Amino acid sequence: MTPPLVEVRDLKMHFPIYAGILRKQVGAVKAVDGVSFDILEGETLGLVGESGCGKSTCGRAVLRLYDITDGEIVVDGRAIGGEDQRSLRRMRPTMQMVFQDPQACLNPRMTVGAIIGEPLVEHSGMSRAERTARVEELMDKVGLNRAFINRYPHEFSGGQRQRIGIARALALNPKFIVCDEPIAALDVSIQAQVVNLLEELQDSLGLTYLFISHDLSMVRHIADRVAVMYLGKVVELAPRDALYDAPLHPYTEALLSAVPEPDPAKAGQRKDRIVLQGDVPSPANPPEGCNFCTRCPKVMDVCREIDPEFREVQPGHWAACHLHDTE
Amino acid sequence: MKLSPLNARRWRNFKRNRRAVWSLWIFAVLFGLSLFAEVLANDKPLLVSYRGEWRSPLVSFYSEEDFGGFFQTEATYREVEVQCLIVSGGLEDPCLDDPEGIIEEVQTAGTALGEPAEAGWLLWPLIPYSYNTNSDYPGAAPHPPSSQHWLGTDDTARDVLARVIYGFRLSVAFALIVTALSSILGIAAGAVQGYFGGWTDLILQRIVEIWASTPQLYVIIIVVAIIPVSFWLLVGLTVLFGWIGLVGVVRAEFLRARNFEYVRAAKALGVSDRTVMFRHVLPNAMVATLTFLPFLVTGAIGGLASLDFLGFGLPSSSPSLGELTLQAKQNLQAPWLGFTAFFTFAIMLSLLVFIFEGIRDAFDPRKTFS
Repeated sequence: MTPPLVEVRDLKMHFPIYAGILRKQVGAVKAVDGVSFDILEGETLGLVGESGCGKSTCGRAVLRLYDITDGEIVVDGRAIGGEDQRSLRRMRPTMQMVFQDPQACLNPRMTVGAIIGEPLVEHSGMSRAERTARVEELMDKVGLNRAFINRYPHEFSGGQRQRIGIARALALNPKFIVCDEPIAALDVSIQAQVVNLLEELQDSLGLTYLFISHDLSMVRHIADRVAVMYLGKVVELAPRDALYDAPLHPYTEALLSAVPEPDPAKAGQRKDRIVLQGDVPSPANPPEGCNFCTRCPKVMDVCREIDPEFREVQPGHWAACHLHDTE
Repeated sequence: MKLSPLNARRWRNFKRNRRAVWSLWIFAVLFGLSLFAEVLANDKPLLVSYRGEWRSPLVSFYSEEDFGGFFQTEATYREVEVQCLIVSGGLEDPCLDDPEGIIEEVQTAGTALGEPAEAGWLLWPLIPYSYNTNSDYPGAAPHPPSSQHWLGTDDTARDVLARVIYGFRLSVAFALIVTALSSILGIAAGAVQGYFGGWTDLILQRIVEIWASTPQLYVIIIVVAIIPVSFWLLVGLTVLFGWIGLVGVVRAEFLRARNFEYVRAAKALGVSDRTVMFRHVLPNAMVATLTFLPFLVTGAIGGLASLDFLGFGLPSSSPSLGELTLQAKQNLQAPWLGFTAFFTFAIMLSLLVFIFEGIRDAFDPRKTFS
């Protein structure tokens, strides 16, 4: 079996909190606290969770946009967990990112041609003419009119801007792309277009995605496997159908029960809606034991004392919950 | 050159502010004229015709000997004997005896002492005095305004108008050079602080604070006491303390912009720090910088003038508006000195402030124009 394209082991990203005159470290926001997963080549791993659970931080940490606290990341056979930013630059063409807000992630002072061509200037020795040719090719690929090459981002709609962002990410022929909520800022009608574009590109270019989203139905559509995050930890990781049909973790159950039912006739009959009480605890001060023990409807005594291990409960179906302890 | 849409909009906005446009035009004309101060006000003629040959003393050196005189030093064209030599074609002895008579005879009759002479002429600038020419106008200096000296003379009988023209050029040039240099330094320092943050920021910020609390005037006075003062020394000293002003503004903009999504995106693309700073972050800091520039320019003009006023500035022979102000204070009986100094400063600084006000408004993205 070929090794996975991306291996993440026990990834930790803690942001220190300083206080007092001497700026002593008094704690840390544990945005990502021990996350492990693999992504196979050509696969899409969906990463879902509610706001503030560390999804985006996790995606950025995997690309080493942060200096991670601990853990190991292997991308395309190269361990990048401990490398410094300077040597990472040569690695950047392999791994790219599509950002959440297509308005914010494009420099308003640059033309579309300059934006898409920027990675080419940095990483390839292409001449100006070659670059223009490549930019036009990329614009074709993502469905943008070539004639728009000298326009500015503000002259485009949200969906078109996201296409510019995707074209920029594709410029260097990456293998692995982190899509950080690429559709969250778009209209529903445009979301489908962008997701379909991402799928088409995956088929034609053999891309591997880490697809971060809080839209469960969209993840169900695009992902092969899905990881669910809660308060900095992955609580469940399973193939898509297994996860949506038979979730093992109470948090996943609650999350799935919150997905709106499009059929109004059926919507009224639903009785299995699980409403979680309370708020997400602060990641600077997570509860003892299982992170979810403060809100879990099936909480047991052991949950408040021992942090459950993230283990393979069924073949290919991982979960971190004491409900599935074996003894 | 084609302007980007953003810059085109800024230019349109600037043009809509009529006060700023007019100020820019007036200032451009005044500064443009002052750049040609040597042609406007000089104690050498622009053009001389000597025995039918055209010579330009403004550009090249001619000794008195070249005009048939005695000395090998440069001809002092303001002396009537030298003028006589030129007009009469080099008749040395008659010109020493009765220069005015010879000039008059040549110009009316074309002869000198009855003999035919090779008549010559001198073309003087509009103001036939340079900034350091001591006028031989009769009476005690300072002379009040007259047809010879349009704005009078100062207490060493130097033409005030000539000094104002040269002084205006010197002040504006000083201010522009100081502003350019200190903005480069200030932007670079602020950019590094804001972009990298953390310890770099902390340490540099402490250095800036210590530097800013150094008493600037004392340092300048001490340095000037040791090293002979010159234009470039003053530029250097002013820049040394001037760059601090911009650091805070630029640092704040960089601190804000380094977390912009497109800056993060550029980093994810593997763009180098220097490129990110220049291409993505610096344009954001430009508006804030531009808002600050008028204060630097006017501050530099005021700073130079006050140093000159206190006597720690440029050597007293150089054309300085501050020195003119000092003379005005010492010669209250000669109000034309004070009025000239006041109006020169008032017009110059107002024009600059109006121009920069227009520029700032044009760059303000929040300001909406109908």
